[in-house]
Amino acid sequence: MIALDDVIIAYGSGPRAVVAVRNLTLAVPEGQAVGLVGESGSGKSTVLRAVAGLLPYAAGEITLAGQRVDRRRTTAQRKMTQMVFQDPYGSLHPNQTVDQILSLPVAIHRLDRGEARIVQALAEVGLGPEHRYRFPHQLSGGQRQRVAIARALILEPRILLLDEPTSALDVSVQAEILNLLARLRRDRGLTLLMVSHDLAVIAHLCERIGVMTRGLLVETTTATAMANNQVTHDYTRELLRSNAGLDRSNVAAG
Amino acid sequence: MMANASASGPVPGTARAWLLSPAPASRMQARCSRWFRAWLGFRRNKLAMTGLGIVLLLVLMAIFAPLIADRQSTTFQVLGNRLQPASWQHLFGTDELGRDIFARVVFGSRITLTIVAMVSVIVVPVGLAIGLPAGYFGGVVDTVLMRITDIFLAFPRLVLALAFAAALGPGIENAVIAIALTAWPPFARLARAETLTSRRAEFIQAAELQGASALRIIATQIVPLCLPSVIIRLTLDMAGIILTAAGLGFLGLGAQPPAPEWGAMVSSGRQVLLDQWWVATIPGLAIFIVSLGFNLLGDGLRDAGDARS
Amino acid sequence: MSNTLLAVRNLCVTYPGDDGDVYAVRNVSFTLGRERLGIVGESGSGKSTTGRAIMGLVGHPGRIEADELRLDDTDLRGLSERGFRRLRGKRIAMVLQDPKYSLDPVMSVGQQIAETHRSHLRSTHRDAKLAALEMLQAVHIRDPERVYTMYPHQISGGMGQRVMIAMMLIAGPDILIADEPTSALDVTVQTQVLAILDELVRRRGMGLLLISHNLHLVSAFCDRVLVMYAGQVLETCAAGKLSEATHPYTRGLLAALPRLGDRRTELPQLQRDPAWMADLT
Repeated sequence: MIALDDVIIAYGSGPRAVVAVRNLTLAVPEGQAVGLVGESGSGKSTVLRAVAGLLPYAAGEITLAGQRVDRRRTTAQRKMTQMVFQDPYGSLHPNQTVDQILSLPVAIHRLDRGEARIVQALAEVGLGPEHRYRFPHQLSGGQRQRVAIARALILEPRILLLDEPTSALDVSVQAEILNLLARLRRDRGLTLLMVSHDLAVIAHLCERIGVMTRGLLVETTTATAMANNQVTHDYTRELLRSNAGLDRSNVAAG
Repeated sequence: MMANASASGPVPGTARAWLLSPAPASRMQARCSRWFRAWLGFRRNKLAMTGLGIVLLLVLMAIFAPLIADRQSTTFQVLGNRLQPASWQHLFGTDELGRDIFARVVFGSRITLTIVAMVSVIVVPVGLAIGLPAGYFGGVVDTVLMRITDIFLAFPRLVLALAFAAALGPGIENAVIAIALTAWPPFARLARAETLTSRRAEFIQAAELQGASALRIIATQIVPLCLPSVIIRLTLDMAGIILTAAGLGFLGLGAQPPAPEWGAMVSSGRQVLLDQWWVATIPGLAIFIVSLGFNLLGDGLRDAGDARS
Repeated sequence: MSNTLLAVRNLCVTYPGDDGDVYAVRNVSFTLGRERLGIVGESGSGKSTTGRAIMGLVGHPGRIEADELRLDDTDLRGLSERGFRRLRGKRIAMVLQDPKYSLDPVMSVGQQIAETHRSHLRSTHRDAKLAALEMLQAVHIRDPERVYTMYPHQISGGMGQRVMIAMMLIAGPDILIADEPTSALDVTVQTQVLAILDELVRRRGMGLLLISHNLHLVSAFCDRVLVMYAGQVLETCAAGKLSEATHPYTRGLLAALPRLGDRRTELPQLQRDPAWMADLT
């Protein structure tokens, strides 16, 4: 469904270009969930944005559902791939009601039964009519993220990209959103590509996990393998060590 | 998650409750609710309310001018009655041609308001039309549009107006065009700055992701973000616009006699300033008060905007 | 040398709201000795406000009330801004979340550290610089001379936090309040920064108040943990005994965290009991 072949993504051009992602090859079969984990500067968010068509890529090929895609996309291609961003406040227009935010994609793609679609989208993410005409600042972080998910799904995409969807949320809210994403993915057979710095969150939703550091994909493994520390690359081991260091609740620091 | 020490809210069923409802049921209710909350915040600012009051007074005076003063008196010359001080027949006295100053000030408000409205109607769309694409597209488009803006910024307002008047002849319309020509650049820059700030925002990226065209993004996403600061800037600039119009009138380039334009009135009162001070000072005070009113209003709007964000 | 550095009893912080006063912190009590105390909670729990109240950083129109709010011998209640300024940095310091925002962008980091030294200890420029370099070394920065001249935008997040710690500890305070000190950092860097904090706090015999939303981090690092919700302290846990927590909120939070190697398909969602919002006292 998603295929990246030897992709290079760079910021700027010419001699001052900064290469953010180098020779990345990754495939996500239809209906599967793949996660990219890494620290800041690893390039994982850059990969996601290139797949989303928000960034151009310098070399290689990105294919979605068999079609090669670039920065410029057709309306049909846009409909197929949607994204949920990290910051629930930044991804919703501050001066628009939830209703307006959900009406925009309906209007762009001239979908029929707009009213019904909006109501259904809200219900699917666990929001009700009382939320429909509120502004983002009148919603909690978790509710805003639900609106973002509703907006992404109202176009019935086949691919859902997730950029740290729960990093900015409280623990209790994170659990709700993760459960919601898991359920929606199951119900709609979505293909997921998710990015996070949190190993536990990625392992919860994704079957396969790619580890990135400094623009390179160093290892592709599974959640189970990670749990059993059956990993090959040194960096992955280091990541697991740091993660474990904070996970165990009875380790004396020092 | 915070707990309230005491709970009380608006009485349900009233208009206030409808406006403050936490769960609006329609687009219109949501909009009204937002405006109402903004109004509540604005109302707390005494100076801003004073400014609003002055501006409203100006508008009312302009609308109801014929009911407040006698239109004939604005041009009715009684040369035997010239330069009279304030009296019961002439509340502000008479000018050098025996005309009633009070009536002239009241009807002059119409001219002031017309100038202000006409300049606004030209300046805001032009500023947005130039600033928004410059900020959104960047690159060559930005450079070209901003250099054009710089060219217009380089002109001092009054000098350009003089040039215009010399070329096209004096009159209100030409004065308005002249003022608008030099007033729009700051708005273009403001629109451009706001666009640059929000250009990288994630909700813009989300709109792109959904397949929105550049025009749709600019019109539906960015314009609503620019408008508040543009409007605030406009109210703050009003004072300057009024003064410039008065200045043009003072130089004889704005409204032509016998129109009761405040600046022209100040000008014609110059010769008798020492002995019959009211002829120049009263219209001067009117200019001052109205400028102050717009300034206070603009400050208040800006503070209200800041408080919410 | 008394053992209780900070004594707090029934601390309340209120803000005037449209419908009456809103309590950000309600009847919070604890003591802090030469130990590491953690305060854990979600957003809106009042944990950050508690830290700020102790530092006197709750601005108007917020109000602070307490039966006792004592830093050693100094009563913090009703202390003037001037009084607080004398305390901050010298006796009690605070490290914030993101060095990008808490460091002055137009001064070199070395100058900022030296400035703190000068203003509290009235030292000369040379002495301050020497002290700053020493401090940079104490936070394990490898090339102190070079980093001294760098600007905040030139250094990484982890290094920025070390600079913050150096700046805050240089005047030798007794207590350090750390408000989400590692939340903006990568996981591998987090452990390093925490190790540095740990070393310095131990060595100087300081008290540390660590405020965070990360339950596991706080429980692994601190001697005691206070769990806050809706402005109140719901539970106190000893170090490493988090799994034995009794309050349903704490247990619910722990259960809701995804864990590597956990094969649950659905995370148990925290059921908020309105009884938790009720006044405990």
